[in-house]
Amino acid sequence: MVERESPLGAAYTPGRHGVADKPGAQISEPRPGSIVEIVAWPGSEKAALAAIKGATGLTLPDRPGGGASKAGKSAFGFAPGRWLVIDQAEGLGPALRAAVDSETGTVTDLSHGRTAIRIEGVRAEWVLSKFFAIDFSVEAFPVGEGRSTAHHDIFTQIQRTGDDRFDVYVFRSFARAFWTSLCHASEEVGYEVS
Amino acid sequence: MRIPCPYCGPRDVGEFTYQGDATVTRPDPASTDQDGWNRYVYDRANPAGKHSEVWQHSGGCRAHLIVERDTLTHAVGAVRYARGSATKAAARPAAKAAAKKTSPRKPATRAKAGK
Repeated sequence: MVERESPLGAAYTPGRHGVADKPGAQISEPRPGSIVEIVAWPGSEKAALAAIKGATGLTLPDRPGGGASKAGKSAFGFAPGRWLVIDQAEGLGPALRAAVDSETGTVTDLSHGRTAIRIEGVRAEWVLSKFFAIDFSVEAFPVGEGRSTAHHDIFTQIQRTGDDRFDVYVFRSFARAFWTSLCHASEEVGYEVS
Repeated sequence: MRIPCPYCGPRDVGEFTYQGDATVTRPDPASTDQDGWNRYVYDRANPAGKHSEVWQHSGGCRAHLIVERDTLTHAVGAVRYARGSATKAAARPAAKAAAKKTSPRKPATRAKAGK
């Protein structure tokens, strides 16, 4: 396999920054091996959900933004009939291509096109609220669900994978700029890069 | 101005792109009726009041929407997917449920904005 290189480059600076004693946010790059987009033809949404379940074992609620996360695998809806499916391991693309037939929809392997950035901690909601005009409270954005939004034309897909944890997917070419902004925004609460 | 996207819920208008008047209908592509094409491309009613428009949620789910908007007050009325039946599965009952669930939070959000 080709060894993958992080797009963050010199912007990736492990350690504690901002407030020294108690970081309010932890920021990391999970580097999933597979990021795959599934698009169902109109009317085939249920078949696509079944195929995702077959390939990943994840049961996704059939509602806008519905998602789930389990054992290194995640999936969530981000648009009508569209889902992003993520696996920490490589090889999800071929598995999903086998599971989703051409009558059901399409499979696009975006593993090298998207970068995952994880922000967690007690102030993660606060930091993300400075970027995106959506409600990050757990009542409005439950664990497992996904949201599509944008920050200054950086289109972003966000999945809440824990009470205080968000996985943010951005275009690889924007990843360093977004990461740098995220670090600047986290400075006031203190953050730790790992 | 906020537009309630049927998929994403209410979002700031900055996430949307205006794509034109939804009341015009494209002539048959084979038509050679010059006046018909001229009307389709150029003639607009420019109403002061209720209007039907095509918007795309370009900074979100990227769905094309038909938005009923009042051009005098910018009040946004009904919003639906531009491709009708296609997205019935996603045209969620959850939109209403979510709105109900989050409604107690709304005053708090407003209070914050007012400060």
